Amino acid sequence: MAQTVFAPWLDADEKPLIQFKNVTKRFGDFVAIDNLTQDIYAKEFFALLGPSGCGKTTMMRMLGGFETPTEGQILIAGQDMKGVPPNKRAVNMMFQSYALFPHLSVFENIAFGLKREGKPKPEIEARVEEMLRLTRLTKFAKRKPHQISGGQRQRVALARSLAKAPKLLLLDEPLGALDKKLRQDTQFELMDIQEKTGTTFVIVTHDQEEAMTVASRVAVMDEGEIIQVATPADIYERPNSIYVADFIGDVNILHGHATRADDGYDIAYAEGKAPLHAKTSNDLGASAKCALAIRPEKVSITAKKPAKVTNAIKGKIIDIAYLGNLSTYHVEIEGGHMIKAQTANTTRLERRSFTWEDTVWLSWTDTAAIVLEG
Amino acid sequence: MRRFTLIAVPYVWLLVLFLVPFIIVFKISLSDTALAIPPYTPTLDFSSGWEGIRNFFAGLDFENFKFLTTDDLYWKAYLSSLQIAAISTVLSLLVGYPIAYGMAQAPDEWRPTLMMLIILPFWTSFLIRVYSWMGILSNEGFLNQFLLWTGIISEPLLILNTNTAVYIGIVYTYLPFMILPIYAALEKLDISLLEAAEDLGCSRLTAFWLITIPLSKQGIIAGCFLVFIPALGEFVIPSLLGGSQTLMIGKVLFEEFFSNRDWPVASAVAVILLLILIIPIVLFQRNEQKQREAEG
Ligand SMILES: Nc1ncnc2c1ncn2[C@@H]1O[C@H](COP(=O)(O)OP(=O)(O)O)[C@@H](O)[C@H]1O
Ligand SMILES: [Mg+2]
Repeated sequence: MAQTVFAPWLDADEKPLIQFKNVTKRFGDFVAIDNLTQDIYAKEFFALLGPSGCGKTTMMRMLGGFETPTEGQILIAGQDMKGVPPNKRAVNMMFQSYALFPHLSVFENIAFGLKREGKPKPEIEARVEEMLRLTRLTKFAKRKPHQISGGQRQRVALARSLAKAPKLLLLDEPLGALDKKLRQDTQFELMDIQEKTGTTFVIVTHDQEEAMTVASRVAVMDEGEIIQVATPADIYERPNSIYVADFIGDVNILHGHATRADDGYDIAYAEGKAPLHAKTSNDLGASAKCALAIRPEKVSITAKKPAKVTNAIKGKIIDIAYLGNLSTYHVEIEGGHMIKAQTANTTRLERRSFTWEDTVWLSWTDTAAIVLEG
Repeated sequence: MRRFTLIAVPYVWLLVLFLVPFIIVFKISLSDTALAIPPYTPTLDFSSGWEGIRNFFAGLDFENFKFLTTDDLYWKAYLSSLQIAAISTVLSLLVGYPIAYGMAQAPDEWRPTLMMLIILPFWTSFLIRVYSWMGILSNEGFLNQFLLWTGIISEPLLILNTNTAVYIGIVYTYLPFMILPIYAALEKLDISLLEAAEDLGCSRLTAFWLITIPLSKQGIIAGCFLVFIPALGEFVIPSLLGGSQTLMIGKVLFEEFFSNRDWPVASAVAVILLLILIIPIVLFQRNEQKQREAEG
């Protein structure tokens, strides 16, 4: 089964659907978006991830036509969007606040955009019914927004933005109010819809797991800038900065001094200790301050020092977090640093080999850790 | 016990300030005129015991209400009042809605000032304000002098003592009652609703029509009632600004009471006016209730 990988951003001939060209947005003196340049391709599921206030909503609002860039250009399908009002863009937005019309029923809310297109009534009704089924709201069609729960309201907002089958759909934290089970279901639903309709999605989320699940590419933002754009796997395995490594998932950071050694760097992390070694193609120059990022699940924990491993550190177990399928050990290494190591609980709890205060060895392979500028 | 007191207070209030006066007026409307003080019979005489009470009730009848139907002055006055009140209400809405909308759009820091300006006229006596309109609207008034000076007109306009002056007076007086509830409704309106409407394909104008207007409906209805109800029984404005052809039931009522000293007929006029007013008042209450339910 030959499956072509979906990666239009690697193809030089591919025309992007959305282009941010040196876009800056200021509110008074405050810079919300700072000289941002980014391409987004058709049929992508592009996730914006970042802490609250980093400018995610502002980016969406500029795409929707509710804010104009202070500087720079936004192009959609090659067309400069300057001066094009929201109702003239083939873009629909699901608002973070839902923005449901309180005087209209669920059905009428979903039908609102279709009616503006002047479609025949039976066609509108069929489409709304379809949306109601998709979002499991059929029973609530006649209710007003204030008569349904928060999660249901969110689904109405989603259905309303999907109803017009736009070329580009902007979702601003679409699933925040849903409980975990329904959220996961809806995530898969979204991916399904995307596959069926070929709609391009830009989704804002502060839930990194969600971004990893749905996105073709993830953009990690901070203070109005995109720090890294990559596929979920790359973002996780090859973060380009401490910020990204720390933002996505759990990570151990060891600061130290790097000196070039064969195919990577030797990192001196503490006085009088053997340096750690990491294979990397990153170039920090011959010798520099650096940070070593290691995911907890890539750290092995053993009673004796393993043979034939370059990176091994002795420590003492301070805390154990039991998560059911996984356990995280918090190990204090000499020098007072805490390192987290995660193991899968394949044996029963009472037969686990380590407990509090045990002295253990932590180790990892040459390729497990990432050398970052620090 | 506390609960009982709590419930009793508004009812006692209603009883003392509304029901008792109404019963007195209603009783007078069933009496006959007399050259006496007070100018009607019968009056309740407890000194002659049961006999007195029986005579008192025997003296009451609906003659005055029948009289109202014989003279077409009265129903014409009622109709004309309804018409003037209705037109004034529409005019107030047309003037008041844009003002309320402008206030709701204004920057946050301006709003208290704008609100003050709307309420400011209430700080002067209503009578003085109506008198000053006489000064503005009369043939030699400010308005005519100004228009003559600019050369727009060569003859002074006849406004004072016409229905036009009455409309101006009513709209001017009751405008705040129209503006405030509409403003309250518009102020609550979430801007993102309008953005969502635009996002779904509405122009600004359709979004206004489909979202803003329906969502300020409760405010519009409340404002209309708050203007219509007092305008219907208005007496001062038509007396001072209106002319001889301005027919309003409030004026008729006043003349029956004080010029003709026919208290029973005047009371009958008042009772009918109240019955007419009950309809919009009940509708108004229902609107308020509906709004409270929608918000709750
Ligand atoms: N209309 C506005 N006026 C002033 N500041 C704004 C406005 N909209 C957003 N901001 C500011 O811009 C920054 C980014 O906001 P936003 O895009 O909403 O962040 P996010 O969605 O990532 O949480 C925030 O600091 C916010 O206070
Ligand atoms: Mg936001």
